[in-house]
Amino acid sequence: MNNISVKVGLASCGVAAGAKEVYNALEQYLKEKNKPVTLKKTACIGMCFEEPIVQFEGSELGSIHIGKANPETITQILEDYIAGKAPAENVILAEKTSGKHNALLANQQRIVLRNCGIIDPECIEDYEARDGYKALQKALSMDSNAIIEEIKKSGLRGRGGAGFPTGLKWQFCASENADKKYVICNADEGDPGAFMDRSTLEGDPHSVIEGMIIGAYAIGANEGYIYCRAEYPMALEHLKTAISAAEEKGYLGKNILGSSFSFDLHIKEGAGAFVCGEETALMQSIEGKRGMPTLRPPYPAVKGLWGKPTNINNVETWANIPWIIMHGAQEFRKYGTEKSPGTKVFALAGKIAGSGLIEVPMGITLKDIIYNVGGGMKTSNPFKAVQMGGPSGGCIPAEKLDTIVDYDSITATGAIMGSGGMVVMDTGTCMVDVARFFLNFTQNESCGKCTFCRIGTKRMLEILTRITEGKGELQDLENLEELAVNIIKGSLCGLGQTAPNPVLTTLRYFKDEYLAHIVDKHCPAGVCNALITYKINPEKCIGCTLCARKCPVSCISGQVKQVHTIDQSKCTKCGTCFQVCKFDAVTKE
Amino acid sequence: MANNIELLDEILAKYQGKKGSLIPLLQETQNTLGYLSRETMAYIAEKMHLPAAEIFGVATFYSMFRLKPQGKHLIRVCKGTACHVSDADSIKKAVLDTLQLSEEKNTTADMQFTVMEVACLGCCSLSPVIMIDGRTYGKLTPAAIPAILKQYATEDTL
Repeated sequence: MNNISVKVGLASCGVAAGAKEVYNALEQYLKEKNKPVTLKKTACIGMCFEEPIVQFEGSELGSIHIGKANPETITQILEDYIAGKAPAENVILAEKTSGKHNALLANQQRIVLRNCGIIDPECIEDYEARDGYKALQKALSMDSNAIIEEIKKSGLRGRGGAGFPTGLKWQFCASENADKKYVICNADEGDPGAFMDRSTLEGDPHSVIEGMIIGAYAIGANEGYIYCRAEYPMALEHLKTAISAAEEKGYLGKNILGSSFSFDLHIKEGAGAFVCGEETALMQSIEGKRGMPTLRPPYPAVKGLWGKPTNINNVETWANIPWIIMHGAQEFRKYGTEKSPGTKVFALAGKIAGSGLIEVPMGITLKDIIYNVGGGMKTSNPFKAVQMGGPSGGCIPAEKLDTIVDYDSITATGAIMGSGGMVVMDTGTCMVDVARFFLNFTQNESCGKCTFCRIGTKRMLEILTRITEGKGELQDLENLEELAVNIIKGSLCGLGQTAPNPVLTTLRYFKDEYLAHIVDKHCPAGVCNALITYKINPEKCIGCTLCARKCPVSCISGQVKQVHTIDQSKCTKCGTCFQVCKFDAVTKE
Repeated sequence: MANNIELLDEILAKYQGKKGSLIPLLQETQNTLGYLSRETMAYIAEKMHLPAAEIFGVATFYSMFRLKPQGKHLIRVCKGTACHVSDADSIKKAVLDTLQLSEEKNTTADMQFTVMEVACLGCCSLSPVIMIDGRTYGKLTPAAIPAILKQYATEDTL
């Protein structure tokens, strides 16, 4: 029994699932029993669906991860582990035996998430122990042009969504002559359904900071900003801790590691505006103004923050940098495809069994991601579509699941790679409703500067709402396409230019569903309230009266132990009867 | 307002002369005073030598700024994609019903709760999700809502 350690995953997802209670139970236990066991905190290993997750290490059993840990049983599991007895409960990962999700992790390749779920993100020594800040030391001994060349050679493309070559972007900014330059980290992860950046910042903030210092040195900037959403309180807290620790250790501030290079890094908290993820709007927001996009050119590399040359990359891009500098461009190119080298982090959510965070080499197929890395569908409902790229992206249908993941192949489907949100949908999801959901989002978040975006998205939303209410006409479909084309042409920034994508892709792949809503006045997925009817199946109803008692408008009648009926003229389609029936006797048509 | 002026002056002193400080200044003001009243914004405008319209413009652009007083506990109902496909609407309805609120009236009479929608809380794997103050509650069902809200409620609320 030597050096046994226990780690509890305390990222937002873990805490929401009850990880703090598990941690407290372990802490209390170790204090009472005075056991020589180290209790540590870590962040998210990516398997959010198994949270809270606890890892045991150090006995002859090797490393073992327990999923869905609870405060009542965790101390017993620890005692068993110390005694060399393998736990019987939910072993999700095991070093020496077969954990039930070993295979899911084996199909991943972790560069960006190399430390997530392994180190204590608030402990800089943990990061250093895993070669942290060694890439910075190496970079400071290199010529700044050589660094840019290395990044160019790696072929790294911006992970924020558009996929612009990072090295080239750096070169543009580096070649500007100016008394002052800035680097910015875009951590305004606004796509609903995406949480890659949150997890990276919560789990390994130093990798992003180190990437930014290296970038600043290469470009010749001495001040930087991390623009992070205020909706991510833990990410902000970990960043603050990490920045002060890096300052204390001399990785930030004046004369970094004894060199002539100085760099200061600040955090700017967002205030809740999706459009601020657009780089020119983001800079307006840092300057304290309304976050309205401005015309490009001039590009930020020429005239950015406060009119000075500025380089903006997103969280994942920055986190790749130290790894590339440490291991070299050649090594990076071993993963991924010719035009999209490296890996990509995806946030899996929706109707998938293994929802959470994964990192896979580019070039993998969507099918592999969903079935071999994500564990397949959550329920017996079959797969229908995967939504990629959030409000700027689109829905990819089952027949396109062999598409490989790289910037160009995903774009060819009509969706976009985006920042990495993947929301899996099954046959219980209505595609017209999904399109309406995204249009509602972009219409709300449009800053209002361009007429086509401001009013066009509003008109599209009205049409989609009409269709979901069963009031659509065939002409609406033509109008939607016409509006889409004009919004794309008439908008200044990415928000407007991509806003019609969710509508265009669903029209392309799921037109029959639109037609069912318009012509048959029927919602095949049973989602659109106006188009569904709740009925009671007389063969299954046992007359328990529960639905009648719960119905808020008292429109269900029937005697005890006799079949109940719904008065359709009074029914508000709230779905309460459907939810409460224990005998599946209420059906939705 | 009288007590507030002292507090405001303290905050203003911290940001005076710093470039790009308007948003953090408003954020801190809101954290201290609960919301941004018309008088507060006018006072800041005067002291910062900025047009009041500019302050108002910024305050109304960002969804985080509130121009009305809000309850002691802020309930954020996530309306992200994953939550939407997991029926976040029924969660929102349960929250509003439990607190006897509506789309129009989003703060309880005893000033204990304010309910708002947010685009995405980034806890998609736990959808549907709500956040009360800093704490996230995941994998919710409408039936689970009353018990959660009870922990924060006073006798008058429910």
